[in-house]
Amino acid sequence: MTETDTATAPPAPQAGVAVSVSHLDVSYTVRGHDRLALRDVSFEIGQNESYGLVGESGSGKSTVALALTRYLPRNGRVSGGTVRINGQDPLAMNAAALRGLRARTVSMVYQEPGRALNPSIRAGRQVAEVYEVAGASRDEAMSRAEAMLAKVQISDPGRVMDRYPHQLSGGMAQRVIIAMALAAEPSLLILDEPTTALDATVEAEVLDLVAGLRTELDTSVLFISHNLAVIAKMCDRVGVLYAGELVEEGDAQRVFEQPRHPYTVGLLRCIPRQGQRKDHGRLDTIPGFLPPPGQSMTGCIFAPRCSLVEDQCRQAAPPPFPTGPGRTARCYRHDVAPELPRSTPADLQLGPGPAPEADPVITLRGVSKSFPGRDEIVHALAGIDLDLQRGETLGLVGESGSGKTTLARVLLGLVPPDSGGTIELDGSPLGPEVKSRSREQLKSLQIVFQNPDSALNRRHSVRRLITRPLVKLAGLSGTALRDRLADLVASVRMEDRHLVLKPRQLSGGLKQRVAIARAFGGGPRIVVCDEPTSALDVSVQAAILNLLADLQAKEQVSYLFISHDLGLVRYLSDRIAVLYLGRLMEVGPAERVFSGPHHPYTEALLSAVPSLDGAVPERIRLSGEIPSAASPPSGCVFHTRCPRRLDTGICESTEPPLAEVEPGHQMRCHIPIDQLTRMQATGSAP
Amino acid sequence: MVSYLLRRIGLGILTLWILSLIVFFAGQILPGDPGRAILGNLASPRAVAALDHQLGVDRPLITQYWSWITGLLHGNMGISYQFRSAVGPFLASALINSAKLGLLALIIIIPLGIAGGVLAALYVGRPLDRVISLTGLSAATVPEFVSGIVVIVVFGVQLKLLPVTANAGPGAPFWTQLKFLILPVIPLVFVLFGYIARMARAGTIEALESDYARTATLKGLTRGVVIRRHILRNSLLPTITVIATQTGYLIGGLVVVETLFNYPGIGRLIYNAATSKDFPMLEAGVLTIGVVYMVATIIADILTITLNPRLRTGVIR
Amino acid sequence: MTELIATPGAVLAANAAQRELPAWRLLVRRPTFVVGAVILAFWVICAIFGEAIAPHSPLAQELLLVNKGPSGANWFGTDQLGRDVLSRVIVGARTILIVAPLATLLGTILGTALGLAMGYLGGVLDMIAGRIVEAVLALPAVIVIFLFIVALGSSAVTQVIVIGFIFTPLIARTVRSSVQVESQLDYLPSARLLGEGPLRVMFAEILPNVFPTILVEFTVRLGYAIFTVATLAFLGFGVNVSTPNWGSDINANYGLIGAGYWWATLFPALAIASLVVAINLVADSIEQVLAG
Repeated sequence: MTETDTATAPPAPQAGVAVSVSHLDVSYTVRGHDRLALRDVSFEIGQNESYGLVGESGSGKSTVALALTRYLPRNGRVSGGTVRINGQDPLAMNAAALRGLRARTVSMVYQEPGRALNPSIRAGRQVAEVYEVAGASRDEAMSRAEAMLAKVQISDPGRVMDRYPHQLSGGMAQRVIIAMALAAEPSLLILDEPTTALDATVEAEVLDLVAGLRTELDTSVLFISHNLAVIAKMCDRVGVLYAGELVEEGDAQRVFEQPRHPYTVGLLRCIPRQGQRKDHGRLDTIPGFLPPPGQSMTGCIFAPRCSLVEDQCRQAAPPPFPTGPGRTARCYRHDVAPELPRSTPADLQLGPGPAPEADPVITLRGVSKSFPGRDEIVHALAGIDLDLQRGETLGLVGESGSGKTTLARVLLGLVPPDSGGTIELDGSPLGPEVKSRSREQLKSLQIVFQNPDSALNRRHSVRRLITRPLVKLAGLSGTALRDRLADLVASVRMEDRHLVLKPRQLSGGLKQRVAIARAFGGGPRIVVCDEPTSALDVSVQAAILNLLADLQAKEQVSYLFISHDLGLVRYLSDRIAVLYLGRLMEVGPAERVFSGPHHPYTEALLSAVPSLDGAVPERIRLSGEIPSAASPPSGCVFHTRCPRRLDTGICESTEPPLAEVEPGHQMRCHIPIDQLTRMQATGSAP
Repeated sequence: MVSYLLRRIGLGILTLWILSLIVFFAGQILPGDPGRAILGNLASPRAVAALDHQLGVDRPLITQYWSWITGLLHGNMGISYQFRSAVGPFLASALINSAKLGLLALIIIIPLGIAGGVLAALYVGRPLDRVISLTGLSAATVPEFVSGIVVIVVFGVQLKLLPVTANAGPGAPFWTQLKFLILPVIPLVFVLFGYIARMARAGTIEALESDYARTATLKGLTRGVVIRRHILRNSLLPTITVIATQTGYLIGGLVVVETLFNYPGIGRLIYNAATSKDFPMLEAGVLTIGVVYMVATIIADILTITLNPRLRTGVIR
Repeated sequence: MTELIATPGAVLAANAAQRELPAWRLLVRRPTFVVGAVILAFWVICAIFGEAIAPHSPLAQELLLVNKGPSGANWFGTDQLGRDVLSRVIVGARTILIVAPLATLLGTILGTALGLAMGYLGGVLDMIAGRIVEAVLALPAVIVIFLFIVALGSSAVTQVIVIGFIFTPLIARTVRSSVQVESQLDYLPSARLLGEGPLRVMFAEILPNVFPTILVEFTVRLGYAIFTVATLAFLGFGVNVSTPNWGSDINANYGLIGAGYWWATLFPALAIASLVVAINLVADSIEQVLAG
């Protein structure tokens, strides 16, 4: 059929190929029905090659890893095709041979490092076990484990050996797992979303570590991720999975630069790139939904969502067409795929935008929040001063534990702030808690939570969920209620038929639309968006961002937009606030904060983010881990990790004020702005 | 950990105090007059009043409670109305008898329940699992006197293999005593097997499905090592607490089993005290059960903390 | 394939698909549910139509037919007063099937209200109620109930109230922990941001989500209630001596087992066992279906 057809004669173990997967079908039996999770997936990974599998949730990318290690769940089985790892077939092995393969040939690194380690065994023992399986004595295994921990750049391996997993941070636990995976010197290392659960700064460190060790240890890598930029950074070649099919494959850089399958084209357009902002227009989206798992289809699996679709696409599934050296795309129209018509018009009518001279809608002055911890007080927020203008989006960024969510909850009145600070809405003070706020004030402040599964009552219908704020906050009833409901449902691009459904019957994107409709039901002045798209797939994320931008333009609402994804923050925000250990380190216009000069912490955050656009700025590294908010460092709280710390000692002794360095741009740093500009222009340390 | 334990013991004492209130005032709503109950219907009102005065039951409730609770703290559990002598010795011998029966039940049930639960988990969804789970479930909810009657009819009456009373008599050799205890232990074992097996099964299934079990398997460890080293350590922790809380049910079961088999343990003591309105005996007996339960749960907590590093060591970063 | 151990992700995915069928259809597909429901239905029919089904009068004493073993005329034999054991077993279902469900219902309603309040409002209320719950749990329920029945007498109303009150903390504890799981979810702050008061949050937002737990708890507790009512009767605190009652019959006859007259004791015992097992089969099926 094509040049990748190797099914009839399984290849002899040939030099240069570490993994060969051909025509792999995997199905899960659900209630007596076989559902195909992978169909006709073929790829090869060369010796020392790094191969990326990218796809959205439900694409089957983790199933590939499970099939390679033969760890499919009980209801799953390989229903066709072959797998060869170093010429061996894991599917045909007996138990002992399979153990041998797992012990010596294939290793795996997992998404949630904290859960992948046994909670009741010390980290060192868990690494040493790998050596014991290989036949080392207990003492020898322990000493080799310690050496391996040093190799994954754990600065104090002896101490980490004695720790239990719950005493390790996420990044540290992932290093331990990487040490465990590499201890067996495997010929294939599978990384399944290894950095998805980690902060960007930690992710950058872990990715650097993996890249470094890979070249050192002669290991082939299968890197599985939903994050295109991470794959672009880490992989030589990439395969794009869609609904269980490998739709495009080839050199990673070229696939991302010149995608030839409409799905890849669409996916890349969903991501704001190269500093794209909402005033440049809407993001493109992929219409429709992922087909339900196991749905049998005669034609191309992507046809229902493809704007280039022709008759032949619906009649027979396209074979992989060669689209360049070492590249294939399963698309009849691969030649015109790059010119895929937009499915969302680019024109975005923005509102007048924030008026800089107007009085702010919301004003925070000296807002602090501390929680009683086990033995100490945790200062989650310390003296926050912040304004939000009408119709403005303020992006709030910072690592996990920086206080982003606490700030949102204090603002909303879900947790009371410490006494002393003030929060004002239109100049009049807001009560510390929801119950002390008037209906008018409640109406003004709403939130879109990160995870709609958690934020929507799963026993209530969509109608009930959306109607309640209209009744309770807007005080509507009768015809007015019906009209407003219809209006609201239309404005979040949902349909009447959705109203009778329960949340679990909706896709992730639709659920988030219900949550947005709820937040907008009362006619809010300020909506807090707490990571509103991080639980969603890339193609859905773009549609939600467009919706938020449209609603803002229409309703002149202000957003406090919290996200760990700096690309999204840049796309949507007018101003940016950077939090570190509960303190604002920098506040300023989005473009100024991104382009610099910026606070050294902002600089570090920005340089940690992998980019699809190549041209990564000179990386400055953050050393060490985020200190405890219970005992923040003296002086500037960032000095323990700051790459640009002054050697005068002032950073250690005195906390700098949040000072205006240029109009509307504040920074909490001792380094004078012009000196900072010079440093960041040349990428040198002071 | 020490501070946690002190807090735990403090809470336990607080609970016991509330329990003493409940028990004492429940005793007070018992109808009738202790003096009358002891002396019978034919006694003169003056004699009843005199006895009431002697027993102290004509004093205000608070005073009575105070003297009762301070007495308890000094090891004085009061005078039994029924036997006209100190409650302590009766309680002590009954407690020892019950302990024999209860411990024998626990010795049989803990390994059996855990093995059943783990086995069911390893074969989850298959026939063996269904058999173990449903047997456990059914056995756990059939009242002890029902299963007791069945075993008596089968082994005692029809097959005549074992004695149908539990008491081998004073000074009987160990093996004879054991033989007499076999039938009464069976209903207790029945009731407890289901709970312990259910908990062990749930914990083991959770551990089997965990990410760390996957890590261990994909390290190339044998299934036996995965289960012994990685699964059981985590899966049996919650079972410890269940076993401790089951001691309460065990004692509840003793009331019935001891009555059915005519065995002089604390269950029958409480039963007799209640039917003859012997408050001091009843209150002391019930409170003793509360103490036994409290001690069992505190021991279980200590075990859980010692075996669970997450609880033993704080989060240090 | 012994090396394969299920991974939770895929199991969850399978469950999600399975949930599309309505719960009752999943229930009737389970053999354990069907068996349990049939036995339960049999006893409910006996309880309602008792005398009409029974071959003899359960109260008629045939003094010539005392302690006769099972025969064609008296399938289950006769007791020491010459009454037909089969008829007494059939009619004896009534009291237990009235007292136990009512007691469980009372306990479930009170326990749900208390558990919701403890779990959602927390604070001092949770502290105090928690201590009382602990204290009650420190005693075997049978002993506490026994204590109160001895004190208050053993009428049907007393049994319902005492068992209901003693079940309250047990059920409250389950509901509370379920509410605390719900409290981690964002739909509660969502509701508070609409200005919903605590009562509405508890009963309109949380209650529907913890309802499956309550349903399972109800069926499980119903099994216990039967256990308890039967045990009390066995201990001599039956509801009413004039109508037949399994536990009381056992109490009256078990002394004769040693003499070989086992039937008057064994058949009521088996009746109790079958009823309790049936309820637990139903409870277990409901739990499994609701858990996915």
